[in-house]
Formats: sequence, structure tokens, C-alpha cells
Amino acid sequence: MIELQRVSVRYADAPAPVLREVDLSVPEGELTLVIGHTGSGKTTLLRTVNGLVPHFSGGTLTGRVLIAGRDTRTHRPRDLADVVGFVGQDPLSGFVTDTVEDELAYGMESLGLPADVMRRRVEETLDLLGMAAVRGRPLSDLSAGQQQRVAIGSVLTTHPRVLVLDEPTSALDPLAAEEVLATLQRLVHDLGLTVLLAEHRLERVVQYADRVVLLGNGTVQAGPPEQLLRDSPVAPPVVELGRLAGWEPLPLSVRDARRRATGLRERLAGLQAPGDPEPSPEPAATVGDLVVRYGRVVALRGVSLELRRGEVVALMGRNGAGKSTLLKTLVGLRRPDAGTVRVAGAVPAELPPEQLLHHVGLVPQVPGDLLYAATVADECANADADGRAPAGTTWATFQRLAAGVPADLHPRDLSEGQRLTLALAVVLAARPPVLLLDEPTRGLDYTAKRRLVQILRGLAAEGHTVLLATHDVELVAEVATRVLMLADGELVTDAPTSDAMVSSPAFAPQVAKVLAPQRWLTPSAVAAALADDAAAVGG
Amino acid sequence: MRAANLPSVPRPLHPGAWWVWAIGLAAAASRTTNPAPLLLIVAVTALVVAGRRSDAPWSASYGAFLRLALVVIVIRVVLQALLSADSQGPTVLITLPQVPLPSGTGIQLGGPISLEAVLAALYQGLQLATILVCVGAANALGSARRLLRSVPGALYEVGVSCVIALTFAPQLVTDARRVREAHRLRGRRRRGLRAWARLAMPVVEGALERSVELAAAMDSRGYGRTTDVARVSRRVTAGLVFGGLLGVCVGVYGLLDGTASHWLGLPTLAGGAVLAAAGIGLGGRRTGRTRYRPDPWALPEWLVAGCGVLAALAMFVQMRHDPASLVLASVTELPPVPLLAVVGILIGALPVVLAPPPPAPAEAPTSEPARFGVAA
Repeated sequence: MIELQRVSVRYADAPAPVLREVDLSVPEGELTLVIGHTGSGKTTLLRTVNGLVPHFSGGTLTGRVLIAGRDTRTHRPRDLADVVGFVGQDPLSGFVTDTVEDELAYGMESLGLPADVMRRRVEETLDLLGMAAVRGRPLSDLSAGQQQRVAIGSVLTTHPRVLVLDEPTSALDPLAAEEVLATLQRLVHDLGLTVLLAEHRLERVVQYADRVVLLGNGTVQAGPPEQLLRDSPVAPPVVELGRLAGWEPLPLSVRDARRRATGLRERLAGLQAPGDPEPSPEPAATVGDLVVRYGRVVALRGVSLELRRGEVVALMGRNGAGKSTLLKTLVGLRRPDAGTVRVAGAVPAELPPEQLLHHVGLVPQVPGDLLYAATVADECANADADGRAPAGTTWATFQRLAAGVPADLHPRDLSEGQRLTLALAVVLAARPPVLLLDEPTRGLDYTAKRRLVQILRGLAAEGHTVLLATHDVELVAEVATRVLMLADGELVTDAPTSDAMVSSPAFAPQVAKVLAPQRWLTPSAVAAALADDAAAVGG
Repeated sequence: MRAANLPSVPRPLHPGAWWVWAIGLAAAASRTTNPAPLLLIVAVTALVVAGRRSDAPWSASYGAFLRLALVVIVIRVVLQALLSADSQGPTVLITLPQVPLPSGTGIQLGGPISLEAVLAALYQGLQLATILVCVGAANALGSARRLLRSVPGALYEVGVSCVIALTFAPQLVTDARRVREAHRLRGRRRRGLRAWARLAMPVVEGALERSVELAAAMDSRGYGRTTDVARVSRRVTAGLVFGGLLGVCVGVYGLLDGTASHWLGLPTLAGGAVLAAAGIGLGGRRTGRTRYRPDPWALPEWLVAGCGVLAALAMFVQMRHDPASLVLASVTELPPVPLLAVVGILIGALPVVLAPPPPAPAEAPTSEPARFGVAA
């Protein structure tokens, strides 16, 4: 169905080609998962499939790309619209109309399909997506998961034979991601669609994949997931656990792993799961009976909590549960409508900006918002000036966190992970005792995430208090000592990580699901315990 | 006529019909400064909006337009009272302290304020306010966005641009707010030209990125796939449409202005309309697009649009036969009631029964549609 023959892609003034002599063939009806580091060319590979590369992006493509027999050399993206459905990273930015029904019909209108066919297909697609109840609603009113499903549905109505998706679940909370994946699963099984999908959150999708394509340095390796993940640098926790326990073939889903985990559970039964560290009693921030509302919508309804020195706290909850509002209130961007907020001994909304950054820092969801200089070096110098830190402080921090980035690069040319690190270094210049991060792992691969975990642990050890709002349960399991769960503006959970996560069906990390009822959360904890045990037995 | 299109069957009316109706009332308002028919027009729009608006988000816009109209009246009256030196009448209400300005300017700040000047300003402000309220009613009943869906095929590209602009404008505001918040996080004050330059850069970059993203999405969904025709035919179409619309504008101006000579009005309007129709017809043939669920134009649409046109016509006839009842000779006297115009405006209220009622709102949206049973 998809044939890439010796495909190389090189963008103008890039030092090296993004893809190099790639040969790839995807047979009909398969779900193929594309994995690799950020910047490894996943998006480029996906975009060659419907001709956006090079017709839209520029650059040079050599070799041949054939989709259902059509060559992208002679067919522009619009000429492939009836064969390939392409869904980009951010569904909202791809919407052309403003209600669900119109959006579903848009592609068919462009192709000039007769009115009765359009009518029928829209109804069928609404049923397929389970969205008939919201058919007339404005797209901006939908939840993130619903928007993603509309984006998928809007390309399905032209009855393509290939569906290409770029990170369909990265921005979604676990439950919304499940909705989207369930829909995809159904498309592959019932309609025989060929799906090509790129995703960082392997733990969510790898179990559905028939084949995995691993991209690295512009070249590809393709194979069945069990085989390819054995020594892939990126792997979901359940695979890491499988490697650790030496299971063969590797388990891809929690269910596979659980069926094989009896032995491992017995070995671990006598060992102590790492307990949650005792937090220092010193409070860094307190929130008392906080109410924040936007018009008649109450975003936070009587939330009380306390953050202590040196702890890493995770803030979780559905999209729209009030996480971002809580962070904004803690940095004084929102004034509370009722209740009190004190951070590092001050009321943040009353602090002038130049003092605020010495009390609390926020790395926003789009880290690029914090950056506006023309080069990384200028950015660091600016941050030193803003934070009244000695010259060179920020650059030193940045080098410590992400070594080897050239100083004269424009911040926009950094990778997602590097940009996050730069924003973090900029915020740290003023040494705020309380540090907030909003969705830091969006678009980060496993390697970048591992670095982030080390960085956050280091900061906590230095006495910083870290609060991170995130959907990433694996990150939470790895780094957080306490979990706050918001639902509908109210705080429903405030408990140590292991208590909060082991029992929750949606928010339990994979390792916890495999090893329940034991309280292990991460492969690294299991590995450490096994190593200790082996040393004790051996010694 | 199909039974589904009967006036009694609830359905959203074609937005074009609401706009024709509202423009008719606005045209009527533009011919008079007599407060009696003007207030009647406002009352009629309020009645129809209350009776026939749906529960869509834009339906609330009528209230916003009403407030805007009030502001217009207040500004008009205050400026008139403060600044006009020569147009004051004999009935002085109060005398404000006068600020001497150079005599050459012809403007006077303060001084005596007369009842005549205030009333004249009030009536003129009321006229402008009434036209605004008519636009508000049209927007509340048939949103501008939905109207754009029905633009003819030849103007499709223009329609798409408008829809995208309508989506991007609020997005820009959101972006600007986000970046401004980020500035505060870095300890910067928000003032000064440099701060604005810094604010502008990320916002513009973000907007550009989004545009490119949207263009890619539209291209991969087949936009423009069927519209590649010879350049000559495209130029001819564009020329016809542009020339025609120009003619329509000049014609409408001629008709409404009243002081322009007669040949400028109706003939130019008719000629322009013919040209534009030809262009739109020609252009419509070249697009291979089809339209999903187009809004039908049936009897209720004709009736509603007709009510608006009748209201305007009645006002125009009244103007020809009895202009004194529409343009008051003395503002202090009790305004006369122009009978024919009032009847016309009352016909403008008929859509409250002639238009089909709006359909009931869709059942409360279920937040979580049924899942298909897949384990995590």
C-alpha cells in the first residue's frame, strides 16, 4: 500500500539529510508504528506519504514514494486526498470549519462528492466515532479527545485507504487517549485501513502495532515490535520490565506481562518496595480554600493544599480539571476570587514582576513563550540580568542540563527537549524556591524524559519545591513523591505517589498494573531491588 | 413545496433571509430622523429576536449591539453639547464655562447648551443606533459565519478567507495574553515600546506557524483540487464579479443618499447586479465542489426577506410623498406619526410568526461517549 524506494530528504541549508536511502513497504491493512528520538525525522517520513514533503515543505526528495500505485512526484497532496488521510499533531490548527458536521463534510465537498453520499457518510462516521450526540456543536467546545477524534473522522469521510497520524495521543490525558486508540483499533479491524502512526508515548500504542519502524540518523529498521524493541533505545516500561526479567518474547501489553509475571512477583514478594521519602516539615507554599472562577464557570472550588520544601509533587486530572488555573494562581497570573495563596512567604498576585521571579517560577506549557532573544547566549544573558544573577549563571545551568548546544543557535531551532531545558534554566536563574512546570513532557522522547527526571530530582535535593502538572503517569511514577488529583475544580486526592497511583485504574503506571497488588511503580525500582537482593544472596 | 419547509416545522432559517430582512429595516431607518419610527424599528427587532433566536452562542450578540447603540447615542449627544457653537437653538438649558479656542477653528468648547441642539443630536444618534441594532439582530438570528457557508461557488475562496480570519482573530488575542503572562514570569514590566516588540514577535511567529499548518491540512484534504482552470477564464470571472459588486455599491449609495442624481441609483444597481450574477454564475461552473446540507431557501425565507423589503419600500414611498414627517423641521415639536412608514415597519415584525421556530437544542452533550471496550 505504501512503498518508499531509496527515499532521501534534505531540507535547504540543513547540514545533513533528514532521511537517507529509506526503503520501506507497508502492506495493506497493517498498523505500523514509527518510533525514534525527537528530530529523528518521524514527521518528515509521515509527510512524504501524502506528498506534503516535498510539495509543501520544500527541500529535495530523491527516490520514489508510491501510495496505492500513485507516485507523489506527479501527485500533489490534494490529488492524494481520496487515498491518504493525514492528521497533523495539533487537531485544532487543522480545522477549517467550526462545527463537527461541517468539518466531517469538508473533505468530501472539496472532492465534489454528491450530496446524498456526503449525507450518508457523515452519519456513518458520526456513529463510527461515537460522536452523534455532539454533531452540531462548535469544535472549540469539544474536549481534547473529542477534537482528535473529529480530526480523524474528518479525513475518514473521503474513504481513504491509508491513514497517517502524527502523535495522535501526546497531548491527551490517559482516558482521552484510550478513546482515540479504541477508535483507531476499530478502523484497522473493521475497515481494513492501513495506518501509519508516529508516537512518543509508546506505552499507549505499541500493543496495537503490527510492525514498528525505528528511525535513527535518517535510516530505518522495520520489524515486529517484540523483536525491534529488544534493543531499541526507546522502550515503554512494560518492555523494560520484560528485558529485566528476561521474558521471551517481550511482552507488549500489560496483559501479556501480567500472565508471565507470576515468577517475578514471587521473587519480589519478600523485597521491600521503595517507600516514599519523608518530606521536610517546612512549608514552601500554602493554598487555603481557594476559589477561582471565569464568569459562571468555577475552575477551582475550595482547594486547600500545602507544598513542602524539597518535594516533587505531581498535579494530575483530566483536561480542563483546573490544573493550569492552579498553577497560574500560584504564580500570581490569576487573582483568587476567594481564599488565600502564599508562596515562599508572599502573596504572588501582589508581588511586582521583578520580585516575583525570586519567589516562584513557572515553565509554561509552551516553553517557547518564555524565550524571545535571537540566540541561546543572548537568552541566557537576559535571564542573568532579569534574575540579578552573576553573568554566566544561566549558561552554566543550561550546559549542566543539556551539554553541547551551540550558543549562537536561535531558540526556535532547538529541539523540543532542549527548548524546555533552556526555559527551565532561564527560570532557575532567579533561584525561585518554588518551581512549577505545566505539561513538561509534551513532545519529549524517553531519553529527554529521563534527563528531565534527573534534573527534577537534583533540584528537589537542592531544596527546591517542584510542582508539575502532567498527564504522563510514567513520569509521575518515576519522579513524584506526592500526587494531587483535581477533578472538576476540586481536590480529590492528596496522597503519597504509591498510594495514589497503585489503586487508580486510569492513572496506574504499567509496572504497577503488572505487579499489583505489590506496590512497585517503575522498572528502575524493580531493577534496584533485584540487584540488592542478588548482592545480598551473593555476599 | 416540501412539507419539511413549511413555516410551522422548526428549522433554522436561511441566514441570508434574516440579513435581507435586517438590511431592509436598516435601510428604512437610514431615511428618517423621526424618533417615532426609529424606536418602533428597535422594538420590532427586539420582538423578533426574542421570538426566533436559537440558543447558539452568537444569539447573545443582540444585547452587545444594544449596549453599543446606547454608547453611540451618548457620545453623539455629549459631543454635540460640548463642541457645537453655531448649531445651538434659542432654548438654552444650561450654560457651561466656555474654554476659549482660536476663533479660526470654528469649534467652541463649552458655552450655552440648548434643548434644540441636544434633541437634534439625540435623534441623529438614535438613527445610527437603530441601524446598529438591526445589524445586531441579523447577527443574532443568522450568524455571519453561517452566512459565509452559503456564499456562491465563485466567491468560495473569499468566504474561506473570511471564516479563517474569524477563527484566527480570537486565537491571536489568546496568544498575546499567553506571551504577556510569560513576560511577567520573567520579571519584566509590560510597558514600553521594546516590550511590545518582544510581545509581537512570538505572537506573529505563532500565527504564521498556524497558518502554514492550516494550509497543509487544507491541501491534504483536497482544497483547490478541482478549481484549476485556464487563467483567462479565472481573470474574466474575477473582473466580472469585482465590476459588478462595484456597480452594486455605487447603486446602493445612489439610492440611499437621496441627494445624488437619479441615474446613479437604480440603473447602476441593476447593471451591477447583472454583472456580478454573470461572474458568479460563470465562476460557479468552474468549481467542482459540492455542498453539504445547504440551507434551503423556501417559502419562509421569501416571506421573511419580503417583510424587510416591504418595510424599506414603505419608508421610501413615505419619503417621496411626505418628507416632512420623516425629516423633522423643528425638533422641539412632538414628532408626527408617518402612517405608511409605521405600517411598513409593523410588517417587518411579522417574521416573529412567519419564520419557523428554531429547533430545540440538542440533548445535553454526553461528556464521555460510549467506549468500545479496549484495555489500557
